[in-house]
Amino acid sequence: MEQGNRAAVAGVGWTPVGAYPGRSAYSFMAEAALHAIADAGLTKEQVDGLIVIPSLVQPSIMPAATFIDYVGIRPQRFSAEPGMGGASGCAAIRQAAAMIEGGQATVVLVVAGDAALSGRPAGSVYAGGSQFEAAYGTFAPALYALYAQRHMHEYGTTPEQLAEVSAACRHHASLNPDAQMRDPQTVADVLASPMIAEPLHRLDCCLISDGGCAVVLTSLAQARDSQRPPVLLLGSGECHTHDKIWRAPDYVSSGAVESGRQAFAEAGLAPADIDVAEIYDCFSITPIILLEDLGFCAKGEGGPFVEGGRIRLGGELPINTHGGLLSHGQPGMGGGLFHAVEAIVQVRGDAGPRQVAGAKVALAHGNGGIFASQCTVIVGRDAA
Amino acid sequence: MTKPSKPAPVPDPETEPYWEGMRRRELLIPRCRSCSARWFPPSTSCPACSGFDYEWAAASGRGEIVTYTVVHRAPGPAFADQTPYVVAIIQLAEGPRLLTNVVECSPDEVSIGMPVEVTFEEITADATVPQFRPLAKGEGG
Ligand SMILES: [Zn+2]
Repeated sequence: MEQGNRAAVAGVGWTPVGAYPGRSAYSFMAEAALHAIADAGLTKEQVDGLIVIPSLVQPSIMPAATFIDYVGIRPQRFSAEPGMGGASGCAAIRQAAAMIEGGQATVVLVVAGDAALSGRPAGSVYAGGSQFEAAYGTFAPALYALYAQRHMHEYGTTPEQLAEVSAACRHHASLNPDAQMRDPQTVADVLASPMIAEPLHRLDCCLISDGGCAVVLTSLAQARDSQRPPVLLLGSGECHTHDKIWRAPDYVSSGAVESGRQAFAEAGLAPADIDVAEIYDCFSITPIILLEDLGFCAKGEGGPFVEGGRIRLGGELPINTHGGLLSHGQPGMGGGLFHAVEAIVQVRGDAGPRQVAGAKVALAHGNGGIFASQCTVIVGRDAA
Repeated sequence: MTKPSKPAPVPDPETEPYWEGMRRRELLIPRCRSCSARWFPPSTSCPACSGFDYEWAAASGRGEIVTYTVVHRAPGPAFADQTPYVVAIIQLAEGPRLLTNVVECSPDEVSIGMPVEVTFEEITADATVPQFRPLAKGEGG
Protein backbone atom coordinates (compact mmCIF):
# COMPACT_ATOMS: atom_id res chain seq x y z
CA MET A 1 0.00 0.00 0.00
CA GLU A 2 1.07 3.59 -0.68
CA GLN A 3 2.41 4.97 2.59
CA GLY A 4 0.40 8.14 1.98
CA ASN A 5 -2.92 6.30 2.12
CA ARG A 6 -2.08 4.13 5.06
CA ALA A 7 -4.16 4.47 8.22
CA ALA A 8 -2.78 4.43 11.75
CA VAL A 9 -3.99 4.72 15.32
CA ALA A 10 -3.31 8.27 16.49
CA GLY A 11 -4.99 8.25 19.89
CA VAL A 12 -6.66 6.14 22.56
CA GLY A 13 -8.75 7.01 25.60
CA TRP A 14 -10.68 5.23 28.31
CA THR A 15 -12.49 5.61 31.60
CA PRO A 16 -11.92 3.47 34.67
CA VAL A 17 -14.16 0.40 34.64
CA GLY A 18 -16.33 -0.74 37.52
CA ALA A 19 -19.51 0.38 39.29
CA TYR A 20 -20.27 4.05 38.61
CA PRO A 21 -23.97 4.58 39.32
CA GLY A 22 -25.69 7.76 38.21
CA ARG A 23 -24.01 7.94 34.82
CA SER A 24 -25.41 7.20 31.37
CA ALA A 25 -23.81 4.95 28.77
CA TYR A 26 -23.15 8.04 26.69
CA SER A 27 -21.23 9.76 29.48
CA PHE A 28 -18.66 6.96 29.39
CA MET A 29 -18.48 7.14 25.60
CA ALA A 30 -18.01 10.91 25.69
CA GLU A 31 -15.31 10.87 28.37
CA ALA A 32 -13.35 8.16 26.56
CA ALA A 33 -13.78 9.87 23.17
CA LEU A 34 -12.57 13.25 24.40
CA HIS A 35 -9.51 11.61 25.98
CA ALA A 36 -8.73 9.78 22.72
CA ILE A 37 -9.13 12.93 20.59
CA ALA A 38 -6.84 14.88 22.93
CA ASP A 39 -4.34 12.00 22.97
CA ALA A 40 -4.22 12.22 19.15
CA GLY A 41 -3.49 15.94 19.40
CA LEU A 42 -6.72 16.75 17.54
CA THR A 43 -9.94 18.63 18.26
CA LYS A 44 -13.39 17.10 18.11
CA GLU A 45 -14.25 19.35 15.16
CA GLN A 46 -11.69 17.37 13.09
CA VAL A 47 -13.59 14.08 13.51
CA ASP A 48 -15.27 13.40 10.15
CA GLY A 49 -16.03 9.70 10.62
CA LEU A 50 -17.67 8.03 13.60
CA ILE A 51 -18.25 4.43 14.63
CA VAL A 52 -20.35 3.94 17.77
CA ILE A 53 -20.68 0.51 19.35
CA PRO A 54 -24.25 0.54 20.66
CA SER A 55 -25.17 0.54 24.36
CA LEU A 56 -27.10 -2.44 25.69
CA VAL A 57 -28.87 -0.57 28.47
CA GLN A 58 -29.71 2.59 26.53
CA PRO A 59 -30.58 1.32 23.07
CA SER A 60 -31.13 3.88 20.35
CA ILE A 61 -32.42 3.47 16.81
CA MET A 62 -29.47 5.66 15.75
CA PRO A 63 -26.69 5.27 18.33
CA ALA A 64 -24.19 7.37 16.38
CA ALA A 65 -26.67 10.23 16.10
CA THR A 66 -27.44 10.00 19.82
CA PHE A 67 -23.71 10.21 20.57
CA ILE A 68 -23.29 13.18 18.19
CA ASP A 69 -25.77 15.25 20.19
CA TYR A 70 -24.35 14.13 23.54
CA VAL A 71 -20.74 15.09 22.86
CA GLY A 72 -21.30 17.91 20.35
CA ILE A 73 -19.71 16.78 17.10
CA ARG A 74 -20.94 16.72 13.49
CA PRO A 75 -18.97 14.18 11.44
CA GLN A 76 -19.09 15.26 7.81
CA ARG A 77 -18.15 11.99 6.09
CA PHE A 78 -19.63 8.81 7.60
CA SER A 79 -20.97 6.94 10.61
CA ALA A 80 -21.56 3.27 11.38
CA GLU A 81 -22.77 1.05 14.21
CA PRO A 82 -21.41 -2.48 14.06
CA GLY A 83 -23.79 -5.15 15.33
CA MET A 84 -21.24 -7.87 15.98
CA GLY A 85 -21.49 -8.09 19.76
CA GLY A 86 -18.10 -8.61 21.33
CA ALA A 87 -16.38 -8.58 17.93
CA SER A 88 -17.62 -5.04 17.24
CA GLY A 89 -14.61 -3.24 18.72
CA CYS A 90 -11.94 -4.96 16.61
CA ALA A 91 -14.22 -4.82 13.56
CA ALA A 92 -14.76 -1.07 14.03
CA ILE A 93 -11.00 -0.43 14.00
CA ARG A 94 -10.72 -2.48 10.84
CA GLN A 95 -13.57 -0.56 9.21
CA ALA A 96 -12.22 2.81 10.29
CA ALA A 97 -8.85 2.02 8.70
CA ALA A 98 -10.54 0.91 5.48
CA MET A 99 -12.54 4.14 5.26
CA ILE A 100 -9.39 6.24 5.71
CA GLU A 101 -7.38 4.16 3.25
CA GLY A 102 -10.27 4.36 0.77
CA GLY A 103 -10.31 8.15 1.01
CA GLN A 104 -13.78 8.32 2.56
CA ALA A 105 -12.76 9.91 5.85
CA THR A 106 -9.67 11.49 7.40
CA VAL A 107 -10.21 11.28 11.17
CA VAL A 108 -12.35 8.42 12.45
CA LEU A 109 -13.43 8.10 16.08
CA VAL A 110 -14.32 4.60 17.30
CA VAL A 111 -16.13 4.70 20.64
CA ALA A 112 -17.77 2.23 23.01
CA GLY A 113 -19.24 2.63 26.46
CA ASP A 114 -22.06 1.40 28.60
CA ALA A 115 -23.63 1.54 32.04
CA ALA A 116 -24.10 -2.22 31.85
CA LEU A 117 -23.71 -2.71 35.62
CA SER A 118 -25.46 0.28 37.19
CA GLY A 119 -27.88 1.07 34.37
CA ARG A 120 -29.60 -2.27 33.91
CA PRO A 121 -33.04 -2.92 35.36
CA ALA A 122 -32.81 -4.59 38.78
CA GLY A 123 -32.62 -8.37 38.62
CA SER A 124 -32.41 -8.50 34.84
CA VAL A 125 -30.05 -10.80 33.00
CA TYR A 126 -28.98 -10.89 29.40
CA ALA A 127 -30.65 -14.20 28.55
CA GLY A 128 -31.14 -15.88 25.20
CA GLY A 129 -34.52 -14.81 23.96
CA SER A 130 -35.44 -16.28 20.58
CA GLN A 131 -38.68 -18.26 20.28
CA PHE A 132 -36.65 -21.47 20.00
CA GLU A 133 -34.59 -20.82 23.17
CA ALA A 134 -36.68 -18.89 25.67
CA ALA A 135 -38.36 -21.89 27.30
CA TYR A 136 -35.15 -23.71 28.23
CA GLY A 137 -33.56 -21.49 30.88
CA THR A 138 -30.50 -20.68 28.83
CA PHE A 139 -28.22 -17.69 29.22
CA ALA A 140 -24.71 -16.85 28.14
CA PRO A 141 -22.88 -18.94 30.79
CA ALA A 142 -24.90 -22.06 29.84
CA LEU A 143 -24.29 -21.54 26.13
CA TYR A 144 -20.51 -21.16 26.57
CA ALA A 145 -20.58 -24.12 28.94
CA LEU A 146 -21.84 -26.20 25.99
CA TYR A 147 -18.55 -25.44 24.21
CA ALA A 148 -16.50 -26.04 27.35
CA GLN A 149 -18.10 -29.46 27.97
CA ARG A 150 -17.51 -30.58 24.39
CA HIS A 151 -13.90 -29.34 24.48
CA MET A 152 -13.30 -31.23 27.71
CA HIS A 153 -14.93 -34.33 26.21
CA GLU A 154 -12.82 -34.30 23.04
CA TYR A 155 -9.48 -33.09 24.40
CA GLY A 156 -9.41 -33.65 28.14
CA THR A 157 -9.32 -29.97 29.02
CA THR A 158 -9.60 -29.59 32.81
CA PRO A 159 -11.44 -27.23 35.19
CA GLU A 160 -8.01 -26.22 36.53
CA GLN A 161 -6.90 -25.12 33.05
CA LEU A 162 -10.08 -23.08 32.66
CA ALA A 163 -9.51 -21.53 36.08
CA GLU A 164 -5.93 -20.56 35.18
CA VAL A 165 -7.29 -18.28 32.45
CA SER A 166 -9.33 -16.41 35.07
CA ALA A 167 -6.48 -16.36 37.57
CA ALA A 168 -4.03 -15.00 34.97
CA CYS A 169 -6.46 -12.24 34.03
CA ARG A 170 -6.90 -11.34 37.70
CA HIS A 171 -3.13 -11.19 38.18
CA HIS A 172 -2.90 -8.72 35.29
CA ALA A 173 -5.87 -6.68 36.58
CA SER A 174 -4.12 -6.40 39.95
CA LEU A 175 -1.49 -4.33 38.10
CA ASN A 176 -4.07 -2.10 36.38
CA PRO A 177 -5.43 0.76 38.53
CA ASP A 178 -8.40 1.18 36.15
CA ALA A 179 -9.60 -2.45 36.43
CA GLN A 180 -12.79 -3.44 38.25
CA MET A 181 -11.53 -6.49 40.20
CA ARG A 182 -7.98 -6.24 41.53
CA ASP A 183 -7.83 -8.53 44.57
CA PRO A 184 -5.58 -11.55 44.03
CA GLN A 185 -7.33 -14.73 42.95
CA THR A 186 -5.95 -18.23 42.62
CA VAL A 187 -6.98 -21.24 40.59
CA ALA A 188 -8.36 -22.72 43.84
CA ASP A 189 -10.46 -19.58 44.38
CA VAL A 190 -12.02 -19.99 40.93
CA LEU A 191 -12.79 -23.65 41.55
CA ALA A 192 -14.29 -22.85 44.97
CA SER A 193 -16.66 -20.21 43.56
CA PRO A 194 -20.28 -21.28 43.01
CA MET A 195 -21.04 -23.46 40.01
CA ILE A 196 -23.14 -21.59 37.43
CA ALA A 197 -23.36 -24.02 34.49
CA GLU A 198 -21.01 -27.00 34.46
CA PRO A 199 -18.05 -26.68 34.11
CA LEU A 200 -18.16 -22.88 34.52
CA HIS A 201 -17.94 -21.43 38.04
CA ARG A 202 -18.86 -17.87 38.84
CA LEU A 203 -15.22 -16.79 38.50
CA ASP A 204 -15.00 -18.45 35.06
CA CYS A 205 -17.55 -15.83 33.94
CA CYS A 206 -16.75 -12.24 33.01
CA LEU A 207 -17.85 -9.16 34.89
CA ILE A 208 -20.64 -6.72 34.07
CA SER A 209 -19.34 -3.16 34.21
CA ASP A 210 -19.74 0.55 33.65
CA GLY A 211 -17.09 2.28 31.54
CA GLY A 212 -15.94 3.14 28.07
CA CYS A 213 -13.01 3.44 25.69
CA ALA A 214 -12.21 5.01 22.32
CA VAL A 215 -9.69 4.94 19.50
CA VAL A 216 -8.90 7.65 16.94
CA LEU A 217 -7.51 6.65 13.54
CA THR A 218 -6.05 9.02 10.92
CA SER A 219 -3.71 8.72 7.97
CA LEU A 220 -0.26 7.54 8.98
CA ALA A 221 1.15 10.87 7.79
CA GLN A 222 -1.20 12.79 10.08
CA ALA A 223 -0.54 10.42 12.98
CA ARG A 224 3.20 11.04 12.59
CA ASP A 225 2.58 14.76 13.15
CA SER A 226 1.06 14.12 16.57
CA GLN A 227 2.97 14.04 19.86
CA ARG A 228 2.27 10.35 20.34
CA PRO A 229 3.82 7.40 18.45
CA PRO A 230 1.52 6.11 15.69
CA VAL A 231 0.44 2.48 15.86
CA LEU A 232 0.01 0.60 12.60
CA LEU A 233 -2.76 -1.84 11.76
CA LEU A 234 -0.58 -4.57 10.27
CA GLY A 235 -3.29 -7.05 9.41
CA SER A 236 -6.89 -7.94 10.13
CA GLY A 237 -9.55 -10.49 9.31
CA GLU A 238 -13.15 -11.45 9.98
CA CYS A 239 -15.31 -14.54 9.77
CA HIS A 240 -18.98 -15.14 10.51
CA THR A 241 -20.34 -18.66 10.91
CA HIS A 242 -23.77 -18.63 12.60
CA ASP A 243 -26.19 -16.92 14.93
CA LYS A 244 -28.08 -19.70 16.76
CA ILE A 245 -25.70 -21.91 18.71
CA TRP A 246 -27.19 -25.05 17.18
CA ARG A 247 -26.17 -23.79 13.73
CA ALA A 248 -22.48 -23.57 14.74
CA PRO A 249 -20.14 -25.74 12.64
CA ASP A 250 -18.97 -27.52 15.83
CA TYR A 251 -18.45 -26.88 19.56
CA VAL A 252 -14.66 -26.87 19.80
CA SER A 253 -13.62 -24.21 17.28
CA SER A 254 -14.69 -20.95 15.66
CA GLY A 255 -14.32 -18.66 12.67
CA ALA A 256 -11.17 -17.33 14.36
CA VAL A 257 -9.33 -19.97 12.32
CA GLU A 258 -10.22 -17.93 9.24
CA SER A 259 -10.07 -14.41 10.73
CA GLY A 260 -6.64 -15.20 12.16
CA ARG A 261 -5.40 -16.69 8.90
CA GLN A 262 -6.41 -13.51 7.07
CA ALA A 263 -4.80 -11.23 9.67
CA PHE A 264 -1.48 -13.11 9.79
CA ALA A 265 -1.34 -13.34 5.97
CA GLU A 266 -1.93 -9.61 5.54
CA ALA A 267 0.67 -8.80 8.21
CA GLY A 268 3.18 -11.29 6.82
CA LEU A 269 3.57 -12.61 10.36
CA ALA A 270 3.11 -15.87 12.25
CA PRO A 271 1.79 -16.51 15.78
CA ALA A 272 5.39 -16.78 17.04
CA ASP A 273 5.89 -13.10 16.08
CA ILE A 274 3.20 -11.88 18.50
CA ASP A 275 4.59 -10.37 21.70
CA VAL A 276 1.28 -9.99 23.54
CA ALA A 277 -2.28 -11.10 22.74
CA GLU A 278 -5.53 -9.53 23.96
CA ILE A 279 -8.11 -12.24 23.40
CA TYR A 280 -11.84 -12.01 24.04
CA ASP A 281 -12.57 -13.70 27.35
CA CYS A 282 -16.27 -13.57 28.14
CA PHE A 283 -15.73 -16.96 29.81
CA SER A 284 -12.55 -18.85 30.67
CA ILE A 285 -13.15 -21.37 27.87
CA THR A 286 -13.19 -18.62 25.23
CA PRO A 287 -9.45 -17.81 25.09
CA ILE A 288 -8.57 -21.52 25.22
CA ILE A 289 -10.52 -22.20 22.03
CA LEU A 290 -9.43 -18.94 20.38
CA LEU A 291 -5.70 -19.50 21.15
CA GLU A 292 -5.99 -22.79 19.27
CA ASP A 293 -7.97 -21.28 16.39
CA LEU A 294 -5.51 -18.40 16.00
CA GLY A 295 -2.64 -20.89 15.70
CA PHE A 296 -0.81 -20.27 18.97
CA CYS A 297 -1.12 -24.01 19.63
CA ALA A 298 -2.68 -27.02 17.93
CA LYS A 299 -6.42 -27.77 18.20
CA GLY A 300 -7.07 -29.42 21.54
CA GLU A 301 -3.88 -28.14 23.19
CA GLY A 302 -5.32 -24.89 24.51
CA GLY A 303 -5.70 -26.33 28.00
CA PRO A 304 -2.06 -27.37 28.44
CA PHE A 305 -1.00 -24.16 26.62
CA VAL A 306 -2.39 -21.87 29.34
CA GLU A 307 -0.60 -23.79 32.12
CA GLY A 308 2.75 -23.05 33.72
CA GLY A 309 2.51 -19.27 33.55
CA ARG A 310 2.73 -19.18 29.77
CA ILE A 311 -0.13 -16.64 29.41
CA ARG A 312 0.97 -14.49 32.36
CA LEU A 313 3.28 -11.48 32.28
CA GLY A 314 6.80 -12.86 31.89
CA GLY A 315 5.48 -15.94 30.10
CA GLU A 316 5.84 -16.92 26.47
CA LEU A 317 2.57 -15.25 25.42
CA PRO A 318 0.99 -12.91 27.98
CA ILE A 319 -2.72 -12.49 27.27
CA ASN A 320 -5.25 -9.94 28.46
CA THR A 321 -2.66 -7.79 30.17
CA HIS A 322 -5.32 -5.24 31.21
CA GLY A 323 -7.22 -7.99 33.02
CA GLY A 324 -9.66 -8.85 30.24
CA LEU A 325 -13.42 -9.08 30.54
CA LEU A 326 -12.87 -11.53 33.39
CA SER A 327 -11.22 -9.01 35.74
CA HIS A 328 -10.78 -5.63 34.05
CA GLY A 329 -14.47 -5.61 33.14
CA GLN A 330 -17.10 -5.81 30.44
CA PRO A 331 -18.95 -2.55 29.84
CA GLY A 332 -21.48 -4.06 27.44
CA MET A 333 -20.61 -4.74 23.84
CA GLY A 334 -17.80 -2.22 24.12
CA GLY A 335 -15.82 -4.69 26.23
CA GLY A 336 -14.16 -6.00 23.09
CA LEU A 337 -12.79 -2.57 22.16
CA PHE A 338 -10.77 -2.58 25.39
CA HIS A 339 -8.79 -5.57 24.06
CA ALA A 340 -7.79 -3.48 21.03
CA VAL A 341 -7.00 -0.46 23.23
CA GLU A 342 -4.75 -2.60 25.42
CA ALA A 343 -2.94 -3.98 22.36
CA ILE A 344 -2.27 -0.39 21.25
CA VAL A 345 -1.15 0.68 24.75
CA GLN A 346 1.25 -2.29 24.88
CA VAL A 347 2.98 -1.56 21.56
CA ARG A 348 3.27 2.10 22.55
CA GLY A 349 5.08 0.93 25.69
CA ASP A 350 2.61 2.79 27.91
CA ALA A 351 1.31 -0.07 30.06
CA GLY A 352 3.31 0.72 33.21
CA PRO A 353 3.59 -2.16 35.69
CA ARG A 354 1.77 -4.50 33.29
CA GLN A 355 3.98 -3.66 30.29
CA VAL A 356 5.29 -6.60 28.27
CA ALA A 357 8.96 -5.68 27.91
CA GLY A 358 9.87 -4.70 24.37
CA ALA A 359 6.41 -5.46 22.91
CA LYS A 360 6.45 -4.48 19.24
CA VAL A 361 3.57 -6.53 17.79
CA ALA A 362 0.27 -7.24 19.52
CA LEU A 363 -2.82 -9.17 18.50
CA ALA A 364 -6.37 -8.32 19.57
CA HIS A 365 -9.27 -10.64 18.94
CA GLY A 366 -12.99 -10.03 19.38
CA ASN A 367 -15.69 -12.69 19.57
CA GLY A 368 -19.39 -11.92 19.15
CA GLY A 369 -22.41 -14.04 20.06
CA ILE A 370 -21.66 -17.63 20.99
CA PHE A 371 -18.43 -18.00 18.97
CA ALA A 372 -20.49 -16.59 16.07
CA SER A 373 -18.63 -13.52 14.74
CA GLN A 374 -14.85 -13.28 14.85
CA CYS A 375 -12.49 -10.37 14.18
CA THR A 376 -8.71 -10.37 14.54
CA VAL A 377 -6.46 -7.32 14.36
CA ILE A 378 -2.66 -7.20 14.57
CA VAL A 379 -1.05 -3.89 15.50
CA GLY A 380 2.58 -2.84 15.60
CA ARG A 381 4.97 0.02 16.16
CA ASP A 382 5.59 2.46 13.33
CA ALA A 383 9.02 1.49 12.03
CA ALA A 384 9.66 4.87 10.32
CA MET B 1 -46.66 -13.53 44.60
CA THR B 2 -47.10 -16.38 42.13
CA LYS B 3 -44.08 -17.89 40.52
CA PRO B 4 -43.41 -16.48 37.06
CA SER B 5 -44.03 -19.05 34.34
CA LYS B 6 -41.48 -20.05 31.72
CA PRO B 7 -41.46 -17.64 28.80
CA ALA B 8 -43.76 -18.98 26.08
CA PRO B 9 -42.47 -18.84 22.52
CA VAL B 10 -43.82 -16.02 20.39
CA PRO B 11 -44.40 -17.40 16.87
CA ASP B 12 -44.07 -15.29 13.76
CA PRO B 13 -45.92 -15.88 10.49
CA GLU B 14 -43.10 -18.02 9.10
CA THR B 15 -42.75 -20.22 12.19
CA GLU B 16 -46.45 -20.65 12.97
CA PRO B 17 -46.59 -24.09 11.23
CA TYR B 18 -43.86 -25.32 13.59
CA TRP B 19 -45.78 -24.21 16.69
CA GLU B 20 -49.02 -25.52 15.27
CA GLY B 21 -47.30 -28.91 14.91
CA MET B 22 -46.13 -28.65 18.51
CA ARG B 23 -49.72 -28.24 19.70
CA ARG B 24 -50.46 -31.57 17.94
CA ARG B 25 -47.28 -33.05 19.51
CA GLU B 26 -45.49 -33.26 16.18
CA LEU B 27 -41.93 -32.04 15.59
CA LEU B 28 -42.10 -30.48 12.11
CA ILE B 29 -39.00 -29.18 10.38
CA PRO B 30 -38.63 -27.86 6.84
CA ARG B 31 -37.65 -30.24 4.03
CA CYS B 32 -36.47 -28.99 0.63
CA ARG B 33 -38.50 -30.41 -2.24
CA SER B 34 -35.52 -29.97 -4.58
CA CYS B 35 -32.60 -31.46 -2.64
CA SER B 36 -34.30 -33.07 0.41
CA ALA B 37 -32.18 -31.05 2.85
CA ARG B 38 -33.64 -30.48 6.33
CA TRP B 39 -32.92 -27.36 8.38
CA PHE B 40 -33.80 -25.56 11.59
CA PRO B 41 -34.75 -22.87 12.52
CA PRO B 42 -37.23 -22.35 9.68
CA SER B 43 -36.46 -20.02 6.81
CA THR B 44 -38.13 -19.62 3.44
CA SER B 45 -35.15 -20.71 1.33
CA CYS B 46 -33.12 -23.90 1.53
CA PRO B 47 -29.71 -23.25 3.16
CA ALA B 48 -28.23 -26.10 1.05
CA CYS B 49 -29.45 -25.41 -2.52
CA SER B 50 -31.08 -21.96 -2.11
CA GLY B 51 -34.37 -23.28 -3.50
CA PHE B 52 -37.65 -21.79 -2.33
CA ASP B 53 -39.78 -24.93 -2.58
CA TYR B 54 -40.05 -26.59 0.82
CA GLU B 55 -42.55 -28.46 2.97
CA TRP B 56 -43.07 -29.01 6.69
CA ALA B 57 -42.30 -32.65 7.41
CA ALA B 58 -42.38 -34.55 10.70
CA ALA B 59 -39.03 -35.52 12.18
CA SER B 60 -38.52 -38.91 13.81
CA GLY B 61 -37.96 -37.15 17.13
CA ARG B 62 -34.87 -39.24 17.76
CA GLY B 63 -31.37 -37.92 18.06
CA GLU B 64 -28.30 -37.79 20.22
CA ILE B 65 -26.70 -35.34 22.62
CA VAL B 66 -23.88 -33.37 20.98
CA THR B 67 -23.04 -31.41 24.12
CA TYR B 68 -24.79 -30.43 27.34
CA THR B 69 -24.42 -28.51 30.58
CA VAL B 70 -26.01 -28.75 33.99
CA VAL B 71 -27.29 -25.35 35.08
CA HIS B 72 -27.00 -24.68 38.82
CA ARG B 73 -27.82 -20.97 38.90
CA ALA B 74 -30.92 -20.14 36.90
CA PRO B 75 -31.07 -16.99 34.78
CA GLY B 76 -34.38 -15.89 36.28
CA PRO B 77 -37.15 -16.72 38.75
CA ALA B 78 -39.07 -18.82 36.20
CA PHE B 79 -36.28 -21.41 36.28
CA ALA B 80 -35.04 -21.06 39.87
CA ASP B 81 -36.94 -24.10 41.18
CA GLN B 82 -35.83 -26.25 38.24
CA THR B 83 -32.11 -26.36 39.16
CA PRO B 84 -30.09 -28.39 38.58
CA TYR B 85 -31.37 -28.80 35.02
CA VAL B 86 -29.79 -29.87 31.75
CA VAL B 87 -29.43 -27.66 28.67
CA ALA B 88 -28.27 -29.61 25.63
CA ILE B 89 -27.76 -29.49 21.89
CA ILE B 90 -29.39 -32.45 20.16
CA GLN B 91 -28.57 -33.64 16.68
CA LEU B 92 -31.72 -35.10 15.16
CA ALA B 93 -31.51 -38.29 13.11
CA GLU B 94 -32.51 -36.12 10.12
CA GLY B 95 -29.41 -33.94 10.57
CA PRO B 96 -30.46 -30.56 11.98
CA ARG B 97 -29.64 -29.69 15.58
CA LEU B 98 -31.68 -27.87 18.18
CA LEU B 99 -31.37 -26.54 21.71
CA THR B 100 -33.45 -28.17 24.44
CA ASN B 101 -33.55 -29.48 27.98
CA VAL B 102 -32.97 -33.14 28.76
CA VAL B 103 -35.77 -34.25 31.08
CA GLU B 104 -37.13 -37.34 32.83
CA CYS B 105 -33.70 -38.34 34.15
CA SER B 106 -31.14 -37.19 36.68
CA PRO B 107 -28.51 -34.77 35.32
CA ASP B 108 -25.91 -37.35 36.46
CA GLU B 109 -27.21 -39.81 33.85
CA VAL B 110 -26.70 -37.45 30.92
CA SER B 111 -23.68 -37.86 28.65
CA ILE B 112 -22.40 -36.74 25.26
CA GLY B 113 -23.49 -39.19 22.58
CA MET B 114 -26.52 -40.37 24.58
CA PRO B 115 -29.52 -41.31 22.40
CA VAL B 116 -32.64 -39.28 23.16
CA GLU B 117 -36.19 -38.89 21.91
CA VAL B 118 -38.59 -35.99 21.82
CA THR B 119 -41.32 -35.42 24.37
CA PHE B 120 -43.56 -32.39 24.70
CA GLU B 121 -44.02 -29.79 27.43
CA GLU B 122 -47.14 -27.68 27.46
CA ILE B 123 -46.07 -24.27 28.74
CA THR B 124 -49.45 -22.60 28.27
CA ALA B 125 -52.69 -23.75 26.70
CA ASP B 126 -51.42 -22.30 23.40
CA ALA B 127 -47.73 -23.09 23.60
CA THR B 128 -46.04 -26.49 23.61
CA VAL B 129 -42.26 -26.89 23.26
CA PRO B 130 -40.13 -29.93 22.44
CA GLN B 131 -38.13 -31.50 25.26
CA PHE B 132 -35.88 -34.55 25.02
CA ARG B 133 -35.55 -37.58 27.28
CA PRO B 134 -33.30 -40.64 27.23
CA LEU B 135 -34.40 -43.07 24.54
CA ALA B 136 -36.34 -45.89 26.17
CA LYS B 137 -34.24 -49.05 26.56
CA GLY B 138 -34.71 -51.59 23.81
CA GLU B 139 -35.56 -48.87 21.31
CA GLY B 140 -32.03 -48.25 20.11
CA GLY B 141 -32.03 -45.59 17.38
ZN1 LIG C 1 -32.43 -27.65 -1.18
